[in-house]
Amino acid sequence: MPKPKVALYWAASCGGCEITVVDIEAHILDVANAFDIVFWPCLMDFKVKDVEAIEDGGIFVTLFNGAIRNSEQEHLAKLLRRKSKVLVAFGSCAHEGCIPGLANVTNRDEIFKTVYHETVSTDNTKGVLPQPKTEVPEGVLEIPEFWNKVCALDQVVDVDYYVPGCPPQSNQVWAVLDHLIQGKPLPPKGSILGAGQKSCCDECPRVRKEKKLKRFYRTHEIIPNPDECLLDQGLLCMGPATRDGCGAKCVKVGIPCRGCYGPPPGSHDMGMKMISALSSVIDSEDPAEIDRIIATIADPVGTFYRFNLAHSILYRVQDDVKEKRP
Amino acid sequence: MIKLRIDGNEVEVNAGTPLLKAAQKLNIEIPTLCYYEGIEPYAACRVCMVEVVRGRRRRMVTACNYPATDGIEVFTENERVRRARRLNLEMLLGRCSEVPVIRELAAKYGVEKSRFGYDPKEKCILCGLCVRMCSDIVKANVLSFAYSGPRRKVVTPFEREMATDVCIACGACAHVCPTGAITIEDLSQRRGEVPEMPLGPKTAISIPFQQAVPKVPYIDPDACIKMQTGGCGICAQVCEPEAINYTMQDEVVELDVGQILVATGYQIFEASQMAQYGYGKLDNVLSALEFEKMLNSTGPTGGRVLMKNGKEPRAIGLIHCIGSRDARYHKYCSRVCCMYALKFAHLVKDRTNAEVYQFYIDMRAFGKGYEEFYSRILDEGVNMIRGKAAEVVEATWGNEREGHLLVRCEDTLIGKFREVPVDMVVLCAAIEPNADQDRIGQIFSLSRSPDGFFLERHPKLDPMGTVNDGIYLAGCCQGPKDIPDTVAQAQGAAARILALISKGEVFLDPIRACIDENLCGGCKVCNNLCPYSAITFDDVKKVSIVNETLCKGCGTCVAACPAGAITGSGFTDEQIFAEIEGILADAGNK
Repeated sequence: MPKPKVALYWAASCGGCEITVVDIEAHILDVANAFDIVFWPCLMDFKVKDVEAIEDGGIFVTLFNGAIRNSEQEHLAKLLRRKSKVLVAFGSCAHEGCIPGLANVTNRDEIFKTVYHETVSTDNTKGVLPQPKTEVPEGVLEIPEFWNKVCALDQVVDVDYYVPGCPPQSNQVWAVLDHLIQGKPLPPKGSILGAGQKSCCDECPRVRKEKKLKRFYRTHEIIPNPDECLLDQGLLCMGPATRDGCGAKCVKVGIPCRGCYGPPPGSHDMGMKMISALSSVIDSEDPAEIDRIIATIADPVGTFYRFNLAHSILYRVQDDVKEKRP
Repeated sequence: MIKLRIDGNEVEVNAGTPLLKAAQKLNIEIPTLCYYEGIEPYAACRVCMVEVVRGRRRRMVTACNYPATDGIEVFTENERVRRARRLNLEMLLGRCSEVPVIRELAAKYGVEKSRFGYDPKEKCILCGLCVRMCSDIVKANVLSFAYSGPRRKVVTPFEREMATDVCIACGACAHVCPTGAITIEDLSQRRGEVPEMPLGPKTAISIPFQQAVPKVPYIDPDACIKMQTGGCGICAQVCEPEAINYTMQDEVVELDVGQILVATGYQIFEASQMAQYGYGKLDNVLSALEFEKMLNSTGPTGGRVLMKNGKEPRAIGLIHCIGSRDARYHKYCSRVCCMYALKFAHLVKDRTNAEVYQFYIDMRAFGKGYEEFYSRILDEGVNMIRGKAAEVVEATWGNEREGHLLVRCEDTLIGKFREVPVDMVVLCAAIEPNADQDRIGQIFSLSRSPDGFFLERHPKLDPMGTVNDGIYLAGCCQGPKDIPDTVAQAQGAAARILALISKGEVFLDPIRACIDENLCGGCKVCNNLCPYSAITFDDVKKVSIVNETLCKGCGTCVAACPAGAITGSGFTDEQIFAEIEGILADAGNK
């Protein structure tokens, strides 16, 4: 009996999710033994046509990381969806849009303006912008089309499972892969794998008090007490609104949780939940003082929606561009 | 026990009892200057000389410290005794010539002039009573004797004029000084805040007020010498049932109760905030509570209306609405002042010949029988001036003419400014919420209305309930009200409480918040938020839990939970989303 086929792909991502797969160390050999790796552009030389050659549903599982930023990524997402029995949104970008998703606070024209015209290092006297098709004497050159907004994977194709994290922790990755290797029954569709069911606070060893916040600090502004809750000390820790499973690694070394594991089961929009929670524990009745306290939150979007802006209720900034996508 | 005879009368006392005490038992008075009950006698003044006869031996001794022995005979007023006292008093008179108590005592023994000198300034007889009081009783050890012979005197440490660092200003030395050589002066000129308006100094142990329940004295630990220095203890010595206990501590008693009636009362607006009325600055400007105390027959003046100089006032001004119905302080009407001001007017008319002026904005005689009482007061000849008094000033003329205070006001009924001369002014200050109303509110999770008083559940339909089941309000903590209203509200609340007790069951609305233990990470965001204190933290499971009996389903915690672990029953996200979808279903089809 042939080994089940497995594919890994990266879309708009940093490569960290690829590394975390390799980070399962010697277990990677178990993966190689159990599966036939048919597509993993980061590590091995495969061509898209190799994938196209596989019959539909011929791949057992695809771990897809990265958000959908352009037409090529969308094309491959759809291709891999067609070819895979199980499509896993692997890592925060595929799960919720992650850092690429923060581009949704602006739009394509603004991004192009900045990148191709305005930055100090740009030397573009002719004002050239990338064009999907360029005619040259040799024929027509194509590059992928840049979309106006960034999408998480499940906003483009149907997704079976999610593995959250930026990147997913290697022990959790191995747990998921081991589950597949053992051939255990698959969980219900839409399940979040490799994570817990509570909030990050559940894994955090710090001592929490009843919260009363008088101001917020950025990480460089104070040295937090090593035993007390970071949020109690005014560091804006997203832990209470974030799913556990990471082992609370950041908070254990004094860095507030940024929320990469996404919202816990009861929550739809972690940014909104966190704003709602903080507005409940700001310790003042005076509107002017409340304004002063809120003003100490630097970069609200980047704090509350660092990993999930593309997948949140906010989704993106108001934009009239109606783009036609295949 | 031993037997002795004093002036021919036999008396039985304990061996060693001073003769002075034995004589007191027979009601025989022996004059003394330097004897003070509770302080070791010192026999300094030598005025208490008596003659003791034992067998054939006769001796002159001091009665204050000579111990009684069996079978002696004592003479307290025979010629030898009188001669000895006369000589001693003449010597004292020579030293302290103008001290009234010595002059009187000397005159009693026929000494008008001393052969031993004349000193009108000296008052101290060097009896040392103050020194012994300070060292033995108060244990402050400030006073002592210095020098010897004719230069001997009582001094403070190193003869400093101001021994303020060691002296605790208890005043005990001045209190015991028989000749008035020591006086107490308040160098700081502080006006202490005295909550019960005693109109005079208090002792460290006193009954708080005449109607106190239980009516027993209490010790003010800040003023009690025993508690400050470990000395004194005289009240315990004189208390025969041995009821004084200095080690008694405040006790915190925890009671499990099902219902609570909050009746924490009010405080009076501090009239000195309105400097134009001169309270705390001008003599004979009193607060209503001080005046009430004065009118009390068990009060400091026995119910007589007296000015600071001890004379009856010729005219009294009662100024209404101090701090109430005033946009700068309290907008509301305090509701009780009109009627007690009328009562004051009636009592003043009853007890004195003084003219009474009422300075009012509107007369609010709204209760049963109140309007009739108002008419009666008008018939008694009380002057009613409609218009808020602008200020109270000292009259520039002397105390002899009309009055030494002037109340300036606009009389809106005749449309003229007036200056009314009076001797005494009573300020009817507003009823206001207690200074710690906020803290009490937090303890019982009570809201406050804009005026600062506790908010009832409904102004008409539930004036004694609160939004918290089982917590009720009565009296001025809910708003200014008079005694009948307070009694009615309190009885209503008590009836509600009893009704629930007799029923034995509580019905609750089904709207509740509920925490999913499997989702709660224990971040404690919700712990402080619950207005009904229904959320607690389970330290074993490390999750927050909702007490479903206390929860009102307000949803504050539901909105705040960052993990979405709290849901409001009947208002889950899924249910709300389904409702939105239902409402918008048509819009989607069009």
